[in-house]
Amino acid sequence: MIATALERVMRQDRGRLLAALIARTGDFQRAEDALHEAAASALVHWSRTGLPDRPEAWLLRAALRKAIDAWRREDRAARNSADLLHLAEEEASAPDPDQIPDERLRLIFTCCHPALDQKTRVALTLRTLCGLTTAQIAAVYLDAEPTMGQRLSRAKAKIAAAGIPFAVPGAEAWSERLNSVLTVIYLVFTSGYTAGPAAGRDLCDEAIFLARMVLALRPGEAEAEACLALLLLTHARRNARTGADGATVPPAKQDRALWDATAIGEAGVLLAGHHPEAPFRLKALIARAAMTAPPDWPATAALYARLLAFEDTPVTRLNHAVALGEAEGPAAALSALLPLAPALAEFQPWHAAMAEFLSRAGAAEAARAAYDQAIHLTENPADRAFLAARRAALAGESPR
Amino acid sequence: MKYMALIYTDPALTPEMGAKMNSDYLDFTRRLREAGAMLAGDALHPVSTATSVRVRAGKADTTDGPFAETREHLAGFYMMDCPDLDAAIAWAAQIPGARHGTVELRPVVVFG
Repeated sequence: MIATALERVMRQDRGRLLAALIARTGDFQRAEDALHEAAASALVHWSRTGLPDRPEAWLLRAALRKAIDAWRREDRAARNSADLLHLAEEEASAPDPDQIPDERLRLIFTCCHPALDQKTRVALTLRTLCGLTTAQIAAVYLDAEPTMGQRLSRAKAKIAAAGIPFAVPGAEAWSERLNSVLTVIYLVFTSGYTAGPAAGRDLCDEAIFLARMVLALRPGEAEAEACLALLLLTHARRNARTGADGATVPPAKQDRALWDATAIGEAGVLLAGHHPEAPFRLKALIARAAMTAPPDWPATAALYARLLAFEDTPVTRLNHAVALGEAEGPAAALSALLPLAPALAEFQPWHAAMAEFLSRAGAAEAARAAYDQAIHLTENPADRAFLAARRAALAGESPR
Repeated sequence: MKYMALIYTDPALTPEMGAKMNSDYLDFTRRLREAGAMLAGDALHPVSTATSVRVRAGKADTTDGPFAETREHLAGFYMMDCPDLDAAIAWAAQIPGARHGTVELRPVVVFG
């Protein structure tokens, strides 16, 4: 019973406690160790004395004490006397979590700092803010647990040694750094969307939780609203994206009755109003255009063209080409797709798009070869089933 | 914190150290100094003038030039005093060599 209560508190308040501890100790690893030790002693104490009135306050106080103990053990009192004094004061004043400023915005900006590589940003965010274990994060990436453990400890060591500030960036770096945070949240979501619930955690829910957290700490931030809208719109279709036969169903062909109307409604509210053009806003508007009946392809193509001004990547060009093809016909798609061949030769969606538009252009033979290539590159069974069905339909149209 | 900014450039791609480049570096150095962030900084002669020294089994072995055939060579450095990595990155991005080469930022170990 106590173990369950502790687990619930840790699940709910871990990010907040950790952020408060990092703000006070200036050290990721120390904060994490202290909280870990505090949780272990909570289990012992609470079993004896019962659940305290404010379990999270108890944990924070205990963790601060553990951090001070660790500091004293290291006998670095002379150099860190100021930190120690500060910590001791905190401890003596028996902090009330409601009085503690929520430091999680600083935490997520630090975890998503551009001086860390992208995979590390995602892993560190899942670890510190979502409370996933190293094993759970390793499972997301199909990495060995020790490999992921090393990545996380290298990152924490770099944050300390390289002087990555535990801070929310100033105005001059704000939009770029916010984009880095939102991109990490989006990557958490797509990992969940591709993999489904892994190791007992649904990363789609975690991503939505993170987006809501950023928004709660920075209300009205347009790009954060747009990011949440994008996640909600995609998540709204989760029950419709695979057919009874297990194959992927594109949004235009999905059963709308299976869409989550509440989520779509919330996304609509988030996207209302006029805001300056920015990447997540454009992506959310693209997601919405794909869900109108029938899908508004000319608008989608125009939105992708505007997105290219921010993110001129081969994948964005591919998406633009597909929308262009839907709006204007296969010739437009193929002439936009062909130049992308060198960059996307190993990218399944490029072959799938080539196959689709070659088939529409009447080049069945070339389409068949492109489907083969796409199927060969697909790891997802639902996508493979979809592509195989398209290829079979092709064979049916033009028997050899 | 102390940061070493190591400036790596490709000699083949480096715009000739003409008047413009010289004045860009002078200007950057002046601003860094005025901000109180400049600890040291210099340009290096090309890699063709380098000598590599290794001591093996107590014996110094000297070879002409660099070890590795890399495209970008160490061309100069700044030692900077900055409050954190964000400030160091902001300065590094203004080093003229960053426009055509790479600036590697390394925190300096503090002993004692």
